[in-house]
Formats: sequence, structure tokens, C-alpha cells
Amino acid sequence: MSSPVTTKPFETTGPGKQVLEITDLKVSFPGLFKTVQAVRSIDLNIGVGEIHGLVGESGSGKSITAMSCLGLLPDSAVVEGSVKVTGHEINGTPEKQLARLRGGGAAMIFQNPMKALNPFFSVGQQMFDVIRCHRDLSKNEIRAEAEKALQAVQLPDPHLALKKYPHQMSGGQLQRVVIAMALACRPRLLIADEPTTALDVTVQAQIITLLRALARDHDLAILFITHDLGVVASLCDRVSVMYAGEVVESGSVGDLFANPSHPYTRKLMSTVPKLGLGEQSLDFIPGQVPDMSSPPAGCAFNPRCDMATDACLQPANKVLVVSKDTDVSGKHWAACHHVTGKKPSSETALSETLEEHNA
Amino acid sequence: MAKYIAQRLMMMLLILFGVLTITFVLSRLLPGSPVEMMLGHHPTQEQIEEARAELGLDLPLPLQFTRYISDLVQGDLGKSLRTGRPVLEEVTKRIGATFELTFIAMFWVVVLGVPIGVVSAVRQNSAVDNVARAGSIAGVAFPVFMLAMALQFIFYGQLNWLPLQGRLDAEILLDHPFERITGFYLIDTLLAGNIEALWSALRHLTLPVLTLVIVTLATVTRITRNMMIEVLSEEYIRTSFAYGVPKVRIYFQYALKATLIPLLTVVGLTFGYLLGGAVVVEFVFDWPGLGGFVVFSIAQNDFPAVMGATLVLAGTYLTINLIVDLLYYVVDPRLRVQ
Repeated sequence: MSSPVTTKPFETTGPGKQVLEITDLKVSFPGLFKTVQAVRSIDLNIGVGEIHGLVGESGSGKSITAMSCLGLLPDSAVVEGSVKVTGHEINGTPEKQLARLRGGGAAMIFQNPMKALNPFFSVGQQMFDVIRCHRDLSKNEIRAEAEKALQAVQLPDPHLALKKYPHQMSGGQLQRVVIAMALACRPRLLIADEPTTALDVTVQAQIITLLRALARDHDLAILFITHDLGVVASLCDRVSVMYAGEVVESGSVGDLFANPSHPYTRKLMSTVPKLGLGEQSLDFIPGQVPDMSSPPAGCAFNPRCDMATDACLQPANKVLVVSKDTDVSGKHWAACHHVTGKKPSSETALSETLEEHNA
Repeated sequence: MAKYIAQRLMMMLLILFGVLTITFVLSRLLPGSPVEMMLGHHPTQEQIEEARAELGLDLPLPLQFTRYISDLVQGDLGKSLRTGRPVLEEVTKRIGATFELTFIAMFWVVVLGVPIGVVSAVRQNSAVDNVARAGSIAGVAFPVFMLAMALQFIFYGQLNWLPLQGRLDAEILLDHPFERITGFYLIDTLLAGNIEALWSALRHLTLPVLTLVIVTLATVTRITRNMMIEVLSEEYIRTSFAYGVPKVRIYFQYALKATLIPLLTVVGLTFGYLLGGAVVVEFVFDWPGLGGFVVFSIAQNDFPAVMGATLVLAGTYLTINLIVDLLYYVVDPRLRVQ
């Protein structure tokens, strides 16, 4: 595969070469009568070239987290905490500087490629404009870059594709175009917000394969947001499970799938339909995602949890899961009172452990 | 495409026929007759009969109508009862003045209304938005003739900055005459290099144009604002933001093009509104256009003149809207068929 990277990429700065560092991020939407707490304290780190899955039900705050990585939240949102992309703080940064970081530092691809491109402009016009915003190139160079990027996402006949309008392309082709647009800016981080949900299953698989190849070839870190555990298993290095605006469990894909520790994670896994088990296999999690204007006290999952006790009315600490099956269990943690494992002496100890892993 | 245009042209003919029928029936049903105007006070019964026969008013209505239509098809709009000259000549002589007024007003409405609408949408509840909103209510609420006279009072009566009425100062025609080629005085005077006449034409245009702009600007501003707000919530606009495309480019290029289609529709409709407004404005400003002509003709029961002018105004409006429809194809790639 030819690489669209011809000049120096966006520099990653700061300690530990983290591409994305989210520290104690809180996002709320104050309303007239109640305030919706969409994200309630999240910590997330993604290293160079790492593919990190963010899993959860609709309304768990996945997309809000993704949007905050690019400062794309509406003005009505109140954002606290820190989000650093390639070492650059996003929160409170003026729009002008954000524009440089968007696309250049971190690019985003979206759930519905059919709606993600402007129907009134050709694919070429839209790609050229985006490339021009981030790279100082001549007209011909921009065209060459665009074609190269389209080649990198394996779109047949890039020259023709540039002349097409979005309505003349299929969903899969459009998602490739959107990915190519992202790549052409040569970001260090790609935020993929359910990029395969709107696509056919076969096309889904192609896009997943493509993303994996791109991450490998370009040292591209990916924050992959999905509710599809199957996709996570086949694509990601690490996975964080979100529930009610918090990460409840996080670990390497191998560890977490081998030893799901938070009751919510286990429930989520049991809802994946399995072939050959008949009707029984269609499991679901009883109850609803909590109303985020008044989330349950303590562990937010306690109203829906089989294991809930009085202790669950208190906030649960993050506990390192000690697993017999793997020897890398240090990176795997869950926030549940019922998980027996090594309790980190403090939050700092945990994050140090995590940083060690990521470094 | 050719088939579509042909269809639309057929449609236009049908609509014009409808307009003619309505105008014809109305003019014959309304009280008052052109005969009274022609003969003055207390004519004899004999005189009346004679005049009616001369005008063909003694014939049954359907026959009068078919006769009018058959003349029309041959390009004969009849003679004005008031001036005695062919209606076609009267209309063509005045149409330039009306077009100059409405086109210039249209130009300013778009040039001012669209950016104000965009800014109002982007900065909702800002000063621009609030002033535009208040202005739009005022603009719609104020009757056209009141506004026209208020402007005359201020800019002519009090300040004496601008002339009261007409298209040119009287002495210009004597001292600096120019050839009328297009009927647009701004263009004609420019072609002749006649700066004095150009300046005079500009000064005379200002108040009538201002009146028309004030009463229509609000509509265009509001609709641009609402369309823009809708488009800005589209996912593809979020994409542009997510890829770091500069704001101004997103608003005035990516979002504005998407609002162009509803906007074009509005511009087409606004043109009709301007033509309607021109009737009143021309009357107040003594503007020698078609609108003033129609008002006088109605007052004098000058049937052929009213019908001829109505036909031309309706035809203009329909043509503008046909052009608008064709522009959809230019703007929206999804409508273009390979």
C-alpha cells in the first residue's frame, strides 16, 4: 500500500508519547430544570498506534467523549477536566487553534457516511479543501495527495472518484472517502464514531480490515467507538466499557474478553447472539440506561445489577483484576465492589501502572 | 431537460390564460364603464350605444373574449382607451422603468438580506439577529404607501437630500439628453457617458428602491436565517468542522450553497412581491413605469391597458420563476441526470 505520508507528521509532544490523554473529563448540559451529566469523570489514554475500543449502550456518553476530543461539543455543553490530543490541550482552546488540530492532530470519521459529506460539492472539492487547510501544498500536489489517500483506502479509480458527487457513491465507498479525507491530513489519532454501524456486514468487515491496516502502516492511533463487541474483539488492542458516563472496566482485549469482571461487561457480552443456541441466545439487560439528569447513587449500574448489595450505593473504586489466564493482568481494571483483586493503593498507582503499559 | 422546459412553458401559457380570463371577467363585471370616461357627463343614449358598438362592448362576453384572445395571438393588445395608442407600445415604453426599479431593489434585497440572514443564523440572539428580527416585523407591519410617503417627508421634505419623485430632473432632458436604448436609465446614461444624467437617475432611484427594499428585505433575511439554522445542524457541516475547515468557509461556502435552493425559491416569490409593491411605489413616486400606468388605467376603466399590463407583469413573474427552477439544476448536483 502506498503511503500518503510524504512530509513530517503532526508532532506528538508531552510525556509518554500519549496521542490522547483524557483526565477527569466531565461534560454536562445544563438545562432550565435539570442538568444532564453526559460524561461523569473519564480517564482514558491512547498511545501511538494503539487501537482503543470504547464500548457501551446508546446514551452512555461514548459519542460525547469522542466529540470532546475535537472540541466539537455545542456551546451549551459545560466541559471540565483535561483532554490532550498529541499533547495539546483541547478544553478552553480558542476555535482558531482548534481548527488546526482538527484533522491535523486528530481526525474523525462518522457513523453515517451517507450524511457525512456535503451533497452539493464533489468529493474532490471537499477533499482538496480539507487538505488545503492543513498542508501548504500547490494545487497539483493537493490533487496528488487526494488521489494517493483514496488509493490508500483501496477505492478503485481515485481519479474518477474525485469528480463524483456523494450521491453517486455507495455507503462503503463514501466511508472510504471520509477515511481518506482524514488520512490526507495525516493525523496521529483517528476517532471513529461507530463507523460501520450504517454499513452492510460485508462492507463492515472491509472497513475494519482497512482501519487495522492503516493503523499498522501509519502508526495511527484509533479511538474506536462502537456497541459491537465482535468488532472490538477483531480490531482493538485495548477496550474500555462505558456505562452512564463513566468507564466501568478497561483492559487489553485479550484480558477483558477472557475475564470480564464488571457485571455490566458480563451482561453486555451475554447479549451478543450466539449461533445454534436457539431463542435462548437472545439475552438482554433488563431495565434502562439511567436518566443522566439524576444518575443512581454509587455504582450507576446497581439498579440493573443481579449482584447489587447495599455496598453498591457507594461509589466503586477501580480494582486491578488479577487473572490466572494471563500474565499481563496489571492493565486490566474494573470499578465494582464485587471484583476481588488487587486494590491499587491509590489512583496514582493505577494510572502509573497504566502509563507503564502504554509507554 | 428540454422536455422539462417545454412542459414548464406550456404550464406558463396555461397560467397566463387563466390570468387573462380572471382579469377579463373582473374588468367586465366591475361597476363603471369606459364609455362614461370617453363621453363625459350626460351623454345621450344614442351616443352611448354608438361608443359601445365602437369598442365592441355590445357583443356577448364570450365573443368579446375570443376576439381579444385572437388579437392577442397576433400580437395585438388593443388600444388604450385613455391615450388612444396601442397598448403594446404603452407597455414597452414603461416596462424599462419598472424593471430598473424592481431589479435594483431585488439586487439590494439579496445582497443585504442573505449575509444578514447568515450572520443571524450563526450568531443567534446577537445584536445583528435582534435588529434584523425587529426590523423584519417593522418592515412587514408598515404599509408600503405609508413608508414611501414617510421617506419622502424625511429625505425630501425635511432634509432635502433627495428628489421627491420622477426618474430624472426636468432640466437634465434639456441640458444633458441621452439616447434610451435599454430603458434602464443607469445603463443608458453610462453608455452615453452622461455623468450628470447618471447622477440624477441615481438620486431619483434611491427612495423608491429603498421603499421596496425595506418592505421585502425582512422576508429574505428571515428565510435565509431559518434555512441556514437547519443546514448548520446537518451532519456534513459537523464533518467540515471536524476536519478543521475554517468557519467562514463553512458558513459562506458549504452551508450557503445548501440553502441556495430554498433561497432561490424565495427570491422568485419576492420578485412577485416587488412587482406588486412597485405598483404602489410607482404611484407615490410618480415613477413612469408599468405600475403607475396600471393604477391610472384601472381608475379610468381602461380595460385593454389593464389587461395588457397585467399580462406583461404576470409573464415577467412566471419567467423569473422558470429561471429560478432551472437554476435548481445548476445548484443541486443530485437533480442533474446523466
